[in-house]
This record gives sequence, C-alpha cells and structure tokens, in this order.
Amino acid sequence: MSGDSTATPIRTTVSLSAPNRARSAPARRRIEISSADARARIDAAETALLDERRLLTTAELASLAELPDQWVTSLAALAHQVRLEWCGPEVEVEGILSAKTGGCPEDCHFCSQSSRFDTPVKATPFLDTDEVLQAAEETKALGASEFCIVLAIRGPDERTLGRILELVPQVRERTGLNVAVSAGLLTDDQARRLAEGGVHRYNHNLETSRSFFPNVVTTHTWEEREETCRLVRDHGMELCCGALVGMGETDEQRIELLGQLQELDPTEVPLNFLNPRPGTPLGDEQPVPPWEAIRWIALFRLGLPGVILRYAGGREVTLRELQSMGMTSGINALIVGNYLTTLGRSADEDLQMLDDLRMPVGALTGVL
Amino acid sequence: MTDRNGAGADPEHCPGCGRPVDECGGCTRALDPPRFCTRCGRRLTVAVTPGGFRARCRDHGPVAAPPAA
Repeated sequence: MSGDSTATPIRTTVSLSAPNRARSAPARRRIEISSADARARIDAAETALLDERRLLTTAELASLAELPDQWVTSLAALAHQVRLEWCGPEVEVEGILSAKTGGCPEDCHFCSQSSRFDTPVKATPFLDTDEVLQAAEETKALGASEFCIVLAIRGPDERTLGRILELVPQVRERTGLNVAVSAGLLTDDQARRLAEGGVHRYNHNLETSRSFFPNVVTTHTWEEREETCRLVRDHGMELCCGALVGMGETDEQRIELLGQLQELDPTEVPLNFLNPRPGTPLGDEQPVPPWEAIRWIALFRLGLPGVILRYAGGREVTLRELQSMGMTSGINALIVGNYLTTLGRSADEDLQMLDDLRMPVGALTGVL
Repeated sequence: MTDRNGAGADPEHCPGCGRPVDECGGCTRALDPPRFCTRCGRRLTVAVTPGGFRARCRDHGPVAAPPAA
C-alpha cells in the first residue's frame, strides 16, 4: 500500500456472532478403551512428564491420541499441569504483520497468498518502513512483547533481505519489542546475516508431517523446510516452527509431526488450525471440531512440554466458544489482534481472558 | 451523504467476492476484511495490521469502516 501510510487504519472489533459460525468436520471415530486402560495411559504420561521429566515417545503419544472423547478433559488437565511445571504461568503475546502480501510462487494448498490460486487476496509490494513501524507500535499498544514481520515469498532475494535488515533494528529501537521474521527458505549465508542483524526468532513452519507434506505442497519439499529450520538454530536464532492441523492428515500423521518437531527442538510452536480460504485447493474443507482441537492442543503440549505453544491462525473459527479452554489445555502464548490476511477477535477479549484466568503476560524464551 | 467509496449507499458488489449483490447470496465472513470494492467490484489493495486494516480501491479510494455490529 505504498503511499497510503498516513491513512487511519480501521480498527477491528470482531464479534463471533452467527454469520461467522462455520460447520465443523465430522468427529473422528475412536476405538473403545476401558476406563482402567485410559487412566493407566494418562498416569503413565504424568509420571514420564512430571516425575521422570522426559519426553514422551511417539508410541506413548499415539496411545493418548486413541483415548475416547470423554478423556479429553483429563488430557487437557495434565497438559495444563505440564505447561505450568515446564514453562511457568506466563503467557507470551505477539503481533504479526504481513509486510509483503500475496503473489507467492509456492503452491501451499491452504494459503490464499499463492499466485497459483484465484483467491480474493490482491498481491501488494513490501510495505513502506513507516507502515511497518506503525504496525509495530499497534502491536506494542496491544500488550505484546514480540512482533513478527512476515513475507509471502519462497525465500528472500538480496533486496528483500536488505529491507528486512534495515527494518529489524528500527522496530526494536522504536518499540522495544523483540523482532521475529518469517521470510521463507533461507541459505546458510542469509541465516547468518539475519542472526547478526538482530533477528531474535525466525519462523519457518513444517506445517505437517513429512509423509503428508506432498499432499499440500509440491513446489518445495519438507526436507527443504527442515533444512532452513536447522540453519536458524545453527546460527543462534530461536526457531519458531509451527503446525497446521486440519488439512486431511490422519491422527498418525499428526503424531509423526510431533516426533519430527521433537527432533527439531524449536523454541516456539505456533499451532494453526485450517481456516479454509476461498479459491484454495483446501477451500472446501471444514474446520476441525472444537473438541478435537482441544484434544490436539493437549497432545501438542504433552509431546512438546517445554515449547512456547502459541495460539495462531484459525482458532476463532475452530474453537469458537472454547478459547479459554485452550489456554488451560497447554497453550502459553497467543497471536493478538489480526492475522496475515484475516482478522482475529479483539485484543481486549484476549487480554480479558488472560486476566480472568489469572495468567500473567510476559516474554518467554523457551525451555526452563 | 456518501463518500467516494459509497459508504452510506447501498452496496452494488459483494465485498467478499466482487460479484453484483443480486448474484451473490452473501459470502462475506465476519473475520475477513473487505476484498472487493462495493461500488465497482474491483479487487481492493488491503493491508491487515495487528490492530486493524486499510483497504483501498484504485478508482474509489479508501474503504470506510463497516457499521458497528
């Protein structure tokens, strides 16, 4: 939006009323398990995570994923206790900005910013510096400690990398916020320069398991994403590596992803739920049912006990009235305000929720 | 009274898909910013920020805030 930097932004206070209520996908059928067996599985997980203080294996996680719906509250309660003991009570609040929107050459089937799909999102160039700084100040005003600059690109060219490296110190000096960046695949040299340039955390999502990935992205490989994640860590940036649940993957593939995330050992895992976007190949999918989402929030915490597990895109349409339950099922961070191309519920609602839950807002830096 | 973008006037195009309103049953979702000009149906340039959004039509200028829910 070059030349529009002085326009007053329209404040969004979205109410989750009936017009937004999407139908959820059908609930998944699970095998019958006796109460004694279910209790034993949860007790074993509690012993491993709280007494032995070790990670669960993927086999142990799979045994928890099999539990019938009536055990989700037990999974959630354990996940909340694990989060408190491994991470503490603080909740990290972050704002994100799509600094370069649309026109992406990649074909991620969930994304409205791909140039390969006919979506309503119009491609726009890199925002002016003033617009980025203004968005960072909005983020600061919303109570956040983290600001992430996001670009819809395969990876940065030299000019784009230069703009990022100009912006990062300016944002930090103007707002005092930690600055994260998400700019796609990196080379070794680019990762080094971003780290030296003050990028505190770099976001690069695996999105889904290695086995499911080719179903949703064909223009690059899961292994390329993994390699960028490793470069981020190698150069000393905190790794933010997220998941997108609800693209048609099986329970087994979600567990597979958890094992792969355990190996990568990210500082942060943003947990997205598919918000089907018009015009994309996944546009006709239905959101994950709310109770199923709570189950998987809990399982992500149980699988990744020390990470910053962040509420991210799709939570409003997926969880609907269960937002606060996610916060007591393992979540300890959230994206406040709007997302990259869609709106979120109001920051006031989220901050009120945290206040009501007696969860203090604070900056987090990973495993204690 | 209406501005250049037609705030205050009946929309002629759907802000979600850009089709004429009599061809679209209403596809706009509560959590989506407007993507098409309600005057001409042209794609809007939209910047979503943490606290709001800015949308602009090439021909009709900035999009006004939607009425409060």
